[in-house]
Formats: sequence, C-alpha cells, structure tokens
Amino acid sequence: MSSSHAIQPTVYNDDVVRLFTLATVFWGIVGFLVGILIAAQLAFPDLNIEPYLNFGRLRPLHTSAVIFAFGGNALFATSYYVVQRTCAVRLWNDKLAMFTFWGYQFFIVIAALGYVTGVTQSKEYAEPEWYADIWLTIVWVSYLLVFLMTCIKRKEPHLYVANWFYLAFILTVAVLHLGNNLSVPIGLMDAKSYSVFAGVQSAMIQWWYGHNAVGFFLTAGFLGMMYYFVPKQANRPVYSYRLSIVHFWSLIFIYIWAGPHHLHYTALPDWAQTLGMTFSIMLWMPSWGGMINGVMTLSGAWHKLREDPILQFMIIALAFYGMSTFEGPLMSIRAVNSLSHYTDWTIGHVHSGALGWVGFISFGALYYMVPRLWGRERLYSKKLVSMHLWIATIGIVFYIAAMWVSGIMQGLMWRSYDSMGFLEYSFVETVMAMKPFYIIRMLGGVLYLTGALIMVYNFWRTIRGDVNLKEQNQKIEGVAA
Amino acid sequence: MSWMKKHERLERNSLLLLVCIIVTVLVGGIVEIIPLFRMETVIEPVKGVRPYTPLELAGYNIYVREGCYNCHSQQIRPLRDEVVRYGHYSLAAESMYDHPFQWGSKRTGPDLARVGGRYSDAWHRAHLVEPRDLVPESIMPSYSFLLATPLKTYDLNKHLKALATVGVPYNEEMIKNAEKDAVRQALGEARTDISGLEERYGGKVNARDFDGQPDMVSEMDALISYLQVLGTMVDFESAKKVEGGVQ
Repeated sequence: MSSSHAIQPTVYNDDVVRLFTLATVFWGIVGFLVGILIAAQLAFPDLNIEPYLNFGRLRPLHTSAVIFAFGGNALFATSYYVVQRTCAVRLWNDKLAMFTFWGYQFFIVIAALGYVTGVTQSKEYAEPEWYADIWLTIVWVSYLLVFLMTCIKRKEPHLYVANWFYLAFILTVAVLHLGNNLSVPIGLMDAKSYSVFAGVQSAMIQWWYGHNAVGFFLTAGFLGMMYYFVPKQANRPVYSYRLSIVHFWSLIFIYIWAGPHHLHYTALPDWAQTLGMTFSIMLWMPSWGGMINGVMTLSGAWHKLREDPILQFMIIALAFYGMSTFEGPLMSIRAVNSLSHYTDWTIGHVHSGALGWVGFISFGALYYMVPRLWGRERLYSKKLVSMHLWIATIGIVFYIAAMWVSGIMQGLMWRSYDSMGFLEYSFVETVMAMKPFYIIRMLGGVLYLTGALIMVYNFWRTIRGDVNLKEQNQKIEGVAA
Repeated sequence: MSWMKKHERLERNSLLLLVCIIVTVLVGGIVEIIPLFRMETVIEPVKGVRPYTPLELAGYNIYVREGCYNCHSQQIRPLRDEVVRYGHYSLAAESMYDHPFQWGSKRTGPDLARVGGRYSDAWHRAHLVEPRDLVPESIMPSYSFLLATPLKTYDLNKHLKALATVGVPYNEEMIKNAEKDAVRQALGEARTDISGLEERYGGKVNARDFDGQPDMVSEMDALISYLQVLGTMVDFESAKKVEGGVQ
C-alpha cells in the first residue's frame, strides 16, 4: 500500500454488500426448507398439495432458490466485496450497484411465482419464462458493467486472480443465458413461449447451458470466492501463482465441452457424446488444480486449521470440491453413466458439490465478512461456528451416502434379470426400495438446515454487537493460566 | 518464465482479459452445437412423425407446466434392459417437434417415451386422479384438478403460430382450425365429424372422449391425448430399413 492510501483510505461501498449478504442468508434458509419439503414428498407423497405445491412445481423452486438465490446472492456479495478490496477502489456507480440488488431480488421473486403457478420453460436451471429472462439479462449486464468498470478504474497494477474467476463467471453465464433461452413468446401479453430449438438440438444446447451453470455459476464464481477468502483467513499468499494461471485457462476452456455427458446413450450423435466424455475426464485436472492451490495455501499455517472453524469450513469445502470433481469425471464415462444416469447417484453427486463445496465456501466467506461489514471486532460466538460446521458436515454425509446407496441400488435393480431371462423387478418395486434412503436423505437436509439456522442466530447476535461473554472469559482465563 | 510475463498483459488490461475469456469459452460450444444443425446427419429419415394436434400440444404444455420432466424421462437408451422394459430405443426424429425436448434427466417414475397405447384412457384418468388407487406404492402426486379444469382452447392458434415461426410445419389451415380441432378431438369420432382433423393430421389421430366427461373438454383430456400419442408415431417398418442402412 502506498502512503496516499493511508492518508485517504478508500471508502468502499459496503451498503450493497451488506444487503446481498442478508439476502444470501435469507434465500439460503428458504432454499434449504423447500429442499427438505420436496425430499419429504418423495418419502411421503401425501405431502403434495395439488396443484401449487406438487413436487413437479416445487423442485425447480428448490433448485433455483439454492443455485440462483442463495448462490447468486453469495456471488454478488463476495464479488463486490472482493473487487473493491483487491482493486483498492470504491465500487463503480453506487446507483447501478443498488439496482443490481433490487433487480436481482425481483427476478428471484417473479421466477419463483412462475414456478408455483406453472409458468416454466421446462429447461432445468433455466425454467423462468421469456419475460423473466429479459429482466435477468438487464440485471446481469448491469452487474457486468459495475464489476468490469471497477476493475478498469483500479489502483492496483494487476488484476487479482479472484477477479479473473468472477469475470469469467459473469461473462460466461451471460453467454449461456442468452444462448439457451432464445424463444418465441406466443404473444406479448402471454407468459408462454416456445424454445427456438427442438429435440436433439434443444437437448444439446440445454446441457451446454446446464453443465456450465455448474461450471461457471457454481464453480468459477466460487473459486473466485476461494481465491480471496482462503488466503485472507489463513493469512498466507496463494500457494502457486503459476498454477492459478494454468488451471484458470484450462478450467474455463475445458468445462464448456462437458455438457454432452448428460446425454449419453441418447439420440445425440455419438461423436458429441464422446467429445463430452473426453473433456469431462480431462476436466479432472484443472479442477484439482484449484483444490490443490486452495489447500496448499495453508502451507506453513496448518496449525491454524486446528483452532479456526472458519478455515475448517473452507478446507472442508475444498475437500468436497476435490471429491465431487473426481466423481464427476468418473460418472461421465459412458459405461459408468449407463448405471448412474436417471438415478439418485446424480442427485447425490450434485449435492456433494452443492452442500459441500458451494455451501461451505459461502458459509466460510459469510463468517469472514459479517463482523467486518458491520464493524464488529469478532463474531458473537466461535463455538457456534464449530457447531454449525459439524452438524452440517454430518448432514452432508447422511445425504450423499443415502443417495449413493439408493442410486446404485436402483440402477442395478433396473438391469437385473431372473434365471428365465426376464426383468427381475417391476419399476414400482425399485421405488419401494428407495423409501428408507429418501428418509435418511431428508434427515441429512434437516441437519444441514439446523446448521444454517445456528449461523443465522450467530449473525443476528454479531450484528447486534453482542459477544459471547462465556467464550471471552474462558479465553482470558486461558491466557492467564 | 516468458509465458508468465506475457500473461501479465492480461492482468493489466481488463478488456483484453474479457475478450480472451469470451473466445476461450466459445470454442467448445461452437464445435459441439453448430454441426447438429445439419439435420440430415442427426435426424433419421423415418416415416410417421408429425406435429402434435392442438389437443396433444395442449397436453404437452400441461406436461411442461406440471414439471412432469422432473421425474419422468422420455428417452429410452439402447440398453438391453431398457428396450425390454420400455420398447424400441428413442430416435432423434421422435422429439424433433418438441420445443423444447422432454428427455428429462431423472427417473423417479418410469420412462414415458413409449407410454402411448400401453394403458387405457380410463387407467390414465384414474391414475392421474389418485396414483395410489392403482399403484399403492406409488409416490406420484395427485392431479385430480385436471379433471375439473376446462381446457383453454381459444388461444391454441397462437401456440401453433409461434411453433410455426420456429420451424414446426403447421400450415395456415391448421392454425386457423386449431381451436375447432382440439374440441373435435376431445369430443371424439363417435360424436362429431373429424374428417378435417384427419385430413390435417393423418388418419391415425386418436379422437375420443379421453377423460370420461363427455360434456367438457378438460385439461385431463389434453394430457391423456398427449400421453397416448407418445412413442406411437414412428412407422417402425420403415425405421428398420434405416437402421439396416446405418449398420
């Protein structure tokens, strides 16, 4: 830092970051709650209340709430927080930044209202209809402008690596959103539209979008988060600058090719399936490049991991990231996919990434930011952070273990034959076999939500300015002893 | 390292970085997507696939609206057990008029690509009203409200028109008669003249009272007419020749 900074410190725009932070927590709770409800519906179908609260309408509500409302707000909050601090300037254009907040919340609300009333394009993770899509485009272009202009007017000579990832995420999501949502409304006063693409082409374009919603929304964006908050919390520089360059460019180049692994053995031409599989396997390496760079940032600071639950959140997040980016390439192999596809294994895989990686790295970042954003010296309670961590981790283990078992079991049951060469199980027999695992999965979700509620309580007390005196006293006694 | 020095240029120039990112992420999509628009190499030249009738299209839209694709696939893979369980594997031609495709990604319930003609209309009606009456272990939600909801038919012409814009071969006649065709198909050939409908959509069209409520065209009529046509369009005699040609 030059001396001029010390004399005139940059006043960051943290108003908008605080709003996004609160929205992240709020939508997180909503998304987890809906998740538990639909998990319960699969075990207890009487919980479906037709027509508005049937599983088919609520499932997109859950996926959108956790990906776009929880994850999206977390990305907005952290990207605005990080870009100001790493560029040493205030966010460009306060008004436009505030517009991205209200505009994005408005998008979430109109999308959600659409789902429960049956307005959907039926494209997974791109369900909102044309009017919501156009609105989101406006908000997203504003987001790009705010972020990019802040980068451009920075006072630091170099653009820090976290910002490359955020920038790649914002840009690519824009490209994907525009490409996948091309549609013709039946009228300007009608909610309904028809996709420009049909059949095979629409399938390929949907999964080009769908897989990269994972690759750029849930990976590149959150890697940006990782690249700022892990070094900050560990108080160590990023492990390898060279590795970050190599894995950044290879990750964004390779990810985009992986979509067709969602379409193995379908009517999509074989050459496209093979390309998708090949690139998915190659993707393993740049993914682990990110994990290694994150985990090794703790070199020389491993002792901190023992005592710091926030750092534990981040490192467990990276471990889940490593695990699910190993499992993903495995599942993209055609032979494995013939068993895993259409089963709960996929659901388990997604959740080890979503709950473990996306959720935990966000919680870590939130725990880091909240006291700083509200000008508090520390969190209300470190113990509660630890409690959140372990309850949520056990929840994830319940969840993914249940889905592994039920997914692989169902896949095997579908393809098992009796001694006469007939199929051994009717479809509904495989459904019956799932029930205990659906209940275990639901319990996993309840634990995950419980952890998040503990976080809410901790934040509430922190923002009020409370400090847990018991923990404080113990600390002082410990020092005195 | 010299390449790291070169990378510095990108770290110093945000706009250059932006351009490089866009170029990098466009490559994969271009290579995988553009060739698919050479239809002749992607869609088999089989006979029999036609655009949905207005009533079936309304059914498709109810299928979409209720999110059926969240639990049911419409894509039979060429694997031994799937072909035994569900029938001939799915062909690209069979979803060529689905804007968008309904292949799905999860089978919480069974595949529906060839459900057409497998069960009676009465079975579908009873099953949609309360799945557990027919399959006690089923976890599917109930859709009894479809039976009580009159089908919105007045704007079907707008639907056909939009689909024609994106390439579905609906002609002027079809668009003009959309509402009439929908009502006639649900009334059935026993009670109305369906010659116009057959002229426009072929002689194989199912025209009957699907939902057992003769004095009402309900959403249930539409959905069942859609389910009953799924996977039944392709003339597999001609498809066999195509497969032979490929191998």
